[in-house]
Amino acid sequence: MTALDVASGVLLLAGSLFAVTGGIGLLRFPDFYTRTHAAGLMDAAGAVLILLGLLLLAPDLGSGVRLLLIAAFLLVTGPTATHALAHAARNDGVRVWAEREDKKR
Amino acid sequence: MSTFDLAEAVLLGILIVTAVAITRARSLFVAAMLGGLFSLVTASLFVLLDAVDVALTEAAVGAGISTVLFITALALTNSREATTPRRRVIPAGLVAVLATAGLVYASFDLPGVGDPDSPVQTHPITDTYLRESQEDLHVPNTVTGVLASYRGYDTLGEVVVIFTAGIGVLLLMLGPRRPADEVKDRAYLQTEYRVLRVVSKTLMPFILLFALYVLLHGEYSPGGGFQAGVIFGAGFILYTLMFGLAAVQRVLPMRTLVVLVAVGVLIYAGVGVATMALGGGFLDYNEFNPGNPSGGQVAGILLIEVGVGVTVAAVMVAMFYSLVRRGVRR
Amino acid sequence: MIATHYTYWIIFALMMIGLYAVMSHGNLVKKLIGLNIFQVAVFMFFISLGRVDGGSPPIITEGIEVYSHPLPHVLILTAIVVGVATTSVGVAIAIRIYEAYGTVEEDNALARDAAEEGTQ
Repeated sequence: MTALDVASGVLLLAGSLFAVTGGIGLLRFPDFYTRTHAAGLMDAAGAVLILLGLLLLAPDLGSGVRLLLIAAFLLVTGPTATHALAHAARNDGVRVWAEREDKKR
Repeated sequence: MSTFDLAEAVLLGILIVTAVAITRARSLFVAAMLGGLFSLVTASLFVLLDAVDVALTEAAVGAGISTVLFITALALTNSREATTPRRRVIPAGLVAVLATAGLVYASFDLPGVGDPDSPVQTHPITDTYLRESQEDLHVPNTVTGVLASYRGYDTLGEVVVIFTAGIGVLLLMLGPRRPADEVKDRAYLQTEYRVLRVVSKTLMPFILLFALYVLLHGEYSPGGGFQAGVIFGAGFILYTLMFGLAAVQRVLPMRTLVVLVAVGVLIYAGVGVATMALGGGFLDYNEFNPGNPSGGQVAGILLIEVGVGVTVAAVMVAMFYSLVRRGVRR
Repeated sequence: MIATHYTYWIIFALMMIGLYAVMSHGNLVKKLIGLNIFQVAVFMFFISLGRVDGGSPPIITEGIEVYSHPLPHVLILTAIVVGVATTSVGVAIAIRIYEAYGTVEEDNALARDAAEEGTQ
């Protein structure tokens, strides 16, 4: 168990934690926008951390570069997709939770 | 139970739940998006089952193009479905349950999953495809070797099927050209979704470059003509979604696409005719380089992969253009 | 028996869920989505037939002796692309039906046809 194994294990565990909490958030949050935020976190943080953890264990330079490129593209496209969803919902008129709560009172 | 079995069981469970959710979803947009999720989880399952080429194709085609097709269909029709009448549920459910029972009973004769003594593994053709293909073709990705060389005829038929489907969709969706169409197509996305615009413009060269890489590297890693064509088409579909039909037609007009759809099939069949002209059989790539047959094979495989990629890309983009034009007209 | 065959059974269940979606819903687009599920389940079945325990993807690399069989992969590659071709034609026909009948529900379209035949 070298230091590299331990470090990659920590990163993989952190990434999985983000993925699990993102999933729980997707189910438990009260509002569309907060749920989209949870899902976006899964994409940007969880996947990238897992990929970084795998990067530490990469057998050669080629695999390492590929993993970095995948992480970079995920970082770019994940938050963009979340933004597109939220923007489209806002345009469509999906109401924010706080506003709905105010209206109830 | 190894981790592999656990992963497989979890993925299969997710697939069952997703399939049931698709059937029960009342809103068709939800059903289409869940269909994309279904294809993506299936692609992961394919990787687990050692089918990496198939996983790449399923992810690109099932999770990409199919979802786009369904959502475009929903945009051009209405998206809410009526309640299922009771009279349909009982017979359909009965047929489904009985068919499942019959299939499960038939599966008792099947070899277990992963059995090394199954007829699939012990047949002599396995040796041909895995060992002899290395001496004949020198192509490490045996799937590409079998697809392009040993079974080149089937792949020619497949390209013609895509060609026919493209022509069919174009015939159904395109009407006579009217000058009013161009005016109505407004790229309103351009003013609103600034982040999307910038990101998609930045990503376009990478998408097209990746498509080219998948095409050329298909002999050494998962990839090949189909995946490359689909990724190329997906790039142009993204551009059309962001900037409108008028902008993308400045780069790739419909006339060029219609020609390209045919050019791919022409390249493929042309390779076959060329080998016949050089004295061999139809699609006998050895004739390209009689002194070094495996060099001829590599050249032939590359040429037909290019033909396949061109047709698939052109058909995907042309279908999307025609669907958009149909929607614009209304 | 269960441990080696349960994959097949779950795949059959998926196929039949897709078939049920095709048979029991009247909406044409929903039928197409159900047909897609059926197709993908058939692909899974084929691929699971080609798998070997302890094998690896059929890309010849140094030092690996056991590979999964490439032929099912080739057949399924063809099938996937043919599947998307037929789905696209189906979608185009559904759109044309919507334009001609004003509905994508099978029952309403058939009722309109029957009514027109009755008046003729």
